Amino acid sequence: MTSNTTLLRWGLYGILILFALFYLLPLFVMLTTSLKSLEEIRTGSLLALPRAITFQPWLEAWSTACAGTQCEGLRPFFWNSVLMAVPAVMISTVVGALNGYVFAQWRFPGANLFFAAILFGCFIPFQVVLMPMARMLGLMGLAGTIPGLIFVHVIYGIGFTTLFFRNYYVTIPQELVRAAKVDGAGFFRIFWSIFLPISLPIITVSVIWQFTQIWNDFLFGVSFSGPGSQPVTVALNNIVNSTTGVKAYNVDMAAAIIAALPTLLVYVVAGKYFIRGLTAGSVKG
Amino acid sequence: MPILEIDHLQKSYGETHILHDINISIDEGDFLVLVGPSGCGKSTLLNCIAGLEPITGGTIRIGGRDVTGVSPKDRDIAMVFQSYALYPTMSVARNITFGMQVRGVDKATQDRKLAEVSRQLQIEQLLQRKPGQLSGGQRQRVAMGRALVRDPKLFLFDEPLSNLDAKLRVSMRTEIKKLHQDLNASIVYVTHDQIEAMTLATKIVVMKGGVIQQIGSPAEIYNRPANMFVADFMGSPAMNLIPARVRAEDGQTRIEIDRDGDAPLVITDPVSRNLPAEIVLGVRPEDIHEATGNAHLPGTAQDAGGDVMIEIVEPAGADTFAVTHLGGKPVTARLRAETEVRPRQKFPLAFDLSKVSYFSPQDGQRLN
Repeated sequence: MTSNTTLLRWGLYGILILFALFYLLPLFVMLTTSLKSLEEIRTGSLLALPRAITFQPWLEAWSTACAGTQCEGLRPFFWNSVLMAVPAVMISTVVGALNGYVFAQWRFPGANLFFAAILFGCFIPFQVVLMPMARMLGLMGLAGTIPGLIFVHVIYGIGFTTLFFRNYYVTIPQELVRAAKVDGAGFFRIFWSIFLPISLPIITVSVIWQFTQIWNDFLFGVSFSGPGSQPVTVALNNIVNSTTGVKAYNVDMAAAIIAALPTLLVYVVAGKYFIRGLTAGSVKG
Repeated sequence: MPILEIDHLQKSYGETHILHDINISIDEGDFLVLVGPSGCGKSTLLNCIAGLEPITGGTIRIGGRDVTGVSPKDRDIAMVFQSYALYPTMSVARNITFGMQVRGVDKATQDRKLAEVSRQLQIEQLLQRKPGQLSGGQRQRVAMGRALVRDPKLFLFDEPLSNLDAKLRVSMRTEIKKLHQDLNASIVYVTHDQIEAMTLATKIVVMKGGVIQQIGSPAEIYNRPANMFVADFMGSPAMNLIPARVRAEDGQTRIEIDRDGDAPLVITDPVSRNLPAEIVLGVRPEDIHEATGNAHLPGTAQDAGGDVMIEIVEPAGADTFAVTHLGGKPVTARLRAETEVRPRQKFPLAFDLSKVSYFSPQDGQRLN
């Protein structure tokens, strides 16, 4: 290796490190601010490390901060989000898997049109469906409830999950289904015994994608939730906005990190499958 | 009673006709090979027999029972696929027993059949592996094992050897033939390889463009092809198809073939009568001999020929192929290895007239 390429390599690393720092800086500020007392925030510099670490803001954010008139912290809303996101992710993934299986392996007349319509669903802006969806939820008696939110997120997510699973299953040779048919297996048996066991990478993709979307969603949450069913994103917004007197930056930062923690965790745990799943099938057409 | 009867089968996708009026009947123990170039509809026909593709018209009977609208699992068939289609997450043992499991066969019977078949195919040591850990030949065996445990009325093979390398293909071919003899199984086998068709079949169906060109034993197909397509498709090197003129002289049929840079070659066929003025003479390379002048070669009673200019000589070990030009077409003769033949020199060749085929140049149909 010549000294020239070594130089280039170091230059490349230098630029990469610079960008990484740039992206990590906000997280650093959030983390350090959440561990400082209000007194220290007022007097110290934004980028300085905390002189005396305190977990008080985290406790406040979790259990006593006021969101509007309700002063119970993020905790009840956090559980609302869990109760909303977990079933919505599971249902949309299962439905997407079945849809994808049908589109890829059980072609029926008009399948292409159907698939195009479902794809189109991925591109409809959230704002467009707000009014009709509100009316629908009202008619179904689900307005302002967690099941209502689950319903909205499942409907909105099916387009994406169907796309994921369809593109994954389309790479699996049709002869596999034919062999199973000759062996006597039916629609669900083939899905259960042959397709599901090879689906881990794409299930991971679907779960990460759906969980991130649903957990981070604000618009549907603020539009379709009632007082007892607000998700954590809406509560975070309320906590930050409902200050009395002094603005508690440390509590706000702690609350923001708490609200973001689950999606971060999901990615750390399953991230390597996410990349694998996204690229799966792209090698062999 | 025929084990498989296909009666006026039609298959079309909308306006596109894939299969035209297919009629086939085979008996128990027959090895039927469907052969033809890609796109001739042979695989579609096999899928129709399996029930994996719905048919547009006609009937299919397996073992005397009308199965036209019956689903694949109830047709009493087993199928081996081109890609083997092994279930990737299941072990070899589970791959083989999956069908029995689905059909609710009891565990003891499953184990007994698995042991039987794995011994027969010599895959006992592979039973716990996954398909991904097997070589091509081993996967092929597992795929056959999956079909064998079914013990069906009819086996269907869809180009099972086309993914194997040349050497393995030949040895698996022999094994399939042996299996057929041992089990006296009834088999329908699809291939585009005419040598595979010749070696395996008791009965061959040659197809082209969704139409059956000829049905017959390998010998019939080889020796008396029904038309020029079959003549050209079956056999390697292919049958020589030489344009020729016919005239009657002294009550005998004289056949005139153009020669490069020489007067036309005239041969006399004492047997054939009533040929049209223009014909295509079909003669297999091995039915062209060195003309020796005396009659000690087999079939020389009807040998007729003359000197031709040899263009290329290809020694192939056991045989030597000599290529000349007759009637404007290259003509290959398969000569004995020790024959003294040189390129760009004249050489006496003779056709074995007891083996030649005559075709109509207009529609390609056989005339004699």
